[in-house]
Amino acid sequence: MAQHIVSPEVHEHHTQEQESLKTAGFWLFLISDVILFGTLFATYVVLVGHTNGGPTGKELFEIQGFVISTFILLTSSFTSGLAVLQMHAKNLKGLIFWLVVTILLGGAFLFIEIEEFLTLIHEGANIGTSAFLSAFFVLVGTHGIHVTLGIFWCIGLIIQLRKHGITTVTKRKITNFGLYWHFLDVIWIFLLSVVYLMGVM
Amino acid sequence: MWDSIKEFAADFFVTGDPLIYGADVSIALVSIAIVFVLTYFKKWKWLWREWLTTVDHKKIGIMYLIASLLMLFRGGVDAILMRMQLALPDVEFLQADHYNAIFTTHGTIMILFMAMPMMFALFNMVVPLQIGARDVAFPFLNALSFWMFLFGAMLLNISFVIGGSPDAGWLSYPPLSELSGSPGRGQDFYIWGIQISGIGSLATGINFIVTILKMRAPGMKLMKMPLFSWSVLSASITILFAFPILTVTLALLFLDRYFGAHFFTLDGGGMSMLYVNLIWMWGHPEVYIVVLPAFGIFSEIVATFSRKTVFGYNSMVFAMMVISVLSFFTWVHHFYTMGSSADVNAFFAITTMAISIPTGVKIFNWLFTMYRGRIKFDLPMLWTMGFIPCFLVGGATGVMLAVAPANFQYHNSYFLVAHFHQVLIGGVVFGYLAGIYYWWPKLFGFKLDEKRGRWGFWFWNIGFYLCFFPQYFLGLDGMTRRVYTYGWDRGWAALNFASTAGAFLMGVGFIFQVWQIAYSVRKGERDKTGDIWNGRTLEWSIPSPPPVYNFARVPQVQHVDDWWREKEDRENGIVRPQPELEPIHMPKNSGIPFIMSSFWFLIGFGFTFDWIWLVIIGFLGVFGSMYARSFTYDVDYYIPVDEIKKTEQKLRGATT
Amino acid sequence: MSQHSADNHSHDHGHGHHEEEAHGSIKSYTMGFILSLILTVIPMVIVFNDLMGRTGTLAVILITAVAQLFVQMWFFMHIRDEKGPRYNLMALSLGILLVITIIAGSVWIMSFNSYTQ
Repeated sequence: MAQHIVSPEVHEHHTQEQESLKTAGFWLFLISDVILFGTLFATYVVLVGHTNGGPTGKELFEIQGFVISTFILLTSSFTSGLAVLQMHAKNLKGLIFWLVVTILLGGAFLFIEIEEFLTLIHEGANIGTSAFLSAFFVLVGTHGIHVTLGIFWCIGLIIQLRKHGITTVTKRKITNFGLYWHFLDVIWIFLLSVVYLMGVM
Repeated sequence: MWDSIKEFAADFFVTGDPLIYGADVSIALVSIAIVFVLTYFKKWKWLWREWLTTVDHKKIGIMYLIASLLMLFRGGVDAILMRMQLALPDVEFLQADHYNAIFTTHGTIMILFMAMPMMFALFNMVVPLQIGARDVAFPFLNALSFWMFLFGAMLLNISFVIGGSPDAGWLSYPPLSELSGSPGRGQDFYIWGIQISGIGSLATGINFIVTILKMRAPGMKLMKMPLFSWSVLSASITILFAFPILTVTLALLFLDRYFGAHFFTLDGGGMSMLYVNLIWMWGHPEVYIVVLPAFGIFSEIVATFSRKTVFGYNSMVFAMMVISVLSFFTWVHHFYTMGSSADVNAFFAITTMAISIPTGVKIFNWLFTMYRGRIKFDLPMLWTMGFIPCFLVGGATGVMLAVAPANFQYHNSYFLVAHFHQVLIGGVVFGYLAGIYYWWPKLFGFKLDEKRGRWGFWFWNIGFYLCFFPQYFLGLDGMTRRVYTYGWDRGWAALNFASTAGAFLMGVGFIFQVWQIAYSVRKGERDKTGDIWNGRTLEWSIPSPPPVYNFARVPQVQHVDDWWREKEDRENGIVRPQPELEPIHMPKNSGIPFIMSSFWFLIGFGFTFDWIWLVIIGFLGVFGSMYARSFTYDVDYYIPVDEIKKTEQKLRGATT
Repeated sequence: MSQHSADNHSHDHGHGHHEEEAHGSIKSYTMGFILSLILTVIPMVIVFNDLMGRTGTLAVILITAVAQLFVQMWFFMHIRDEKGPRYNLMALSLGILLVITIIAGSVWIMSFNSYTQ
């Protein structure tokens, strides 16, 4: 084992440096994700008028649905922040509690989104109806996939937290997850603005 | 039963062309030979332990290098086939669709599966050594990047014997690349091959940004960093911002083909030109991604072989950073003829011309570095000298192409073909070859044979000019790219014949290089000092090949060209203090990158053949691998001081 | 392996020189949450009740969205807390500049036939 050759303090020092690199790398990954969503936004903005004689956003979007899901996701961003605060207070139970709340809210958000998609498809507005709807489904859907992956990631982290407790390594993982979750919230705000609010104007 | 197998095979395997059958046989024979050799010499375990699971940047670099040289061979064969078809009018060597497939795979392979991995080979082989680090920031991710690239490349490469090659051009413009224009499997191989390796490229970009920003040896301020590392930083930044655009664009094309979306289709409100707009937002930065490291290589070589610090270090750094940002503002010059407004074309013409300014600055800096230097013409320097005039002409014709109104004449003609080969071969390939010659002794411990290398150099260079200069004139005479045959009445025969002769000369040059490597493995000059060129930067301060931990002691940097200064100090009797050895922290090997990438391969293959069960298996495997990695906490080990001492003694003799 | 930054290196391993990074408090998180709620409600109210003209509404939507971006970066993602050279902030700024280029550029370039479907 590693610790036999060096003292635990030295090993901890190396681990900390290693983990801080990973947060820096994760931040860069998030920026590449910004570009990814930016490209999808560009596609959407260019194609939003190309409805091919089919329904427009104004006809399709249900105000109630996207308003509720917005507040759910905003709240989950806040609760993920509370989880990080608990982590820094070294309170494992509180940390896990707020992470669970966060993924439950994330799940509720996803449920509403999937229901919205199914309703649209049922009404005959699917990905192949028009260029506008292709762009809509892919832009909003990509965000939804990110939320889904985030939930699975968080479940994995909760299991690891129960096994290892709050260590340098799990701390870095939770920090990165928190960044990811806030990032998804920010992306959603722009989705809300550009897709939904401008759509129903 | 027999009939259904036959039917399946007819769809699964590419049939009909004797060339393909020949390829089938040779692929089968080579595979059998490899399996036989590995089994006979009991090397499977060795292969797995030393290579397939390695996270050592040096070994990963070597694997990138081997893969890229193989891809250079494949892309080169494609080129020779095309030139044979075009050598004379009305040749009936290749059919039209076969020709389409060949120019598509030639372009795709040369840019994405030859230039990119050769660049990553140099990143991996050099950067950690040059900045005094023991590995990259994320060794596991580095291995994952390599295997993603390799499996992506394999996916594209098997298409010519299984399922059919893509044939819609190297950037696959819709509507031709849509289901309506390309119903075959080839286009899906193209999408998934690039998609999978593209994720690896993005990860490499992130990896090297963090490595360079956070892992430099103490004292090495950014403005004391060697210029090759600077060029890697600028290329990596460009990768970070460009590759997500490629991912999205190809994903949208896939959605069009697979789920009937209407992004780029002609019906349903889609816009095929939107694809062209998006793909060039990646495609233009991409060419700077591959050329920036070449600039870095030349800077190192010119300084070393002129025995001088590079002229205008600050302006070199500034120029590279400006190029990497400006490269995002020029993409429309690839499709001036689309019919956008005059304002759009004017704007992008100006940005395109602007980018030639920092490039020109660099050329002058190299020339001024050589001025009054005591230049030694070893192979790396020879290729650098070959590069400068070649790239200069390529750059000048680039400025001609940038003039939007004139561009309507050159667009999609052989003038353009000649231009981009001149910058990509003259700039990128010459640069990487120079870099390989330069750092080869560091990684392998022996020098590549000078005599055979010189033959290779002259065949490459004379062949290059003979091949591509006639193409400028063919373009001006009205020959468009991608035509597969032409008549005697066009008057293009003589120039085309000359061009084909040039291509063959380059092929001979490549054969000389292969011979050179094979010869040098046995008889090349061994490097005992670790500093065979009398180098200036940190990588030359350690033994060749370097031990697994690179640096026994973390170097303390004081100057630009620190190793050179240290050698000067030593001559003056000043010896820098040597701190005590400490146990070295190293990452453990892992098989997950290889396994996870092979699951990605299954996903790509499954989507290509509409085998959803395979796609599901692939995704389960990918997520399983990610979870397995996330739950692994035992990821590192320490090399004890005794072992370091022993290794150093063996490598350096008794001095340390 | 061992990492070492050129900018602040120390060889005394025993030291716990990694002080805790600043990471906000319950107060700052609550502030951020309330601010983002307000910034979300404003455009919603204006759009749903048709309170302003087209240009005005668009402006409000975009301004509140961007403001919200800053709120989340500041209060939740702690962008200002980075120590040493602010690489994160630099990378993000360049990223945002390029996103704007991608979107505005695409709209400008593709406007040549956006009304001919």
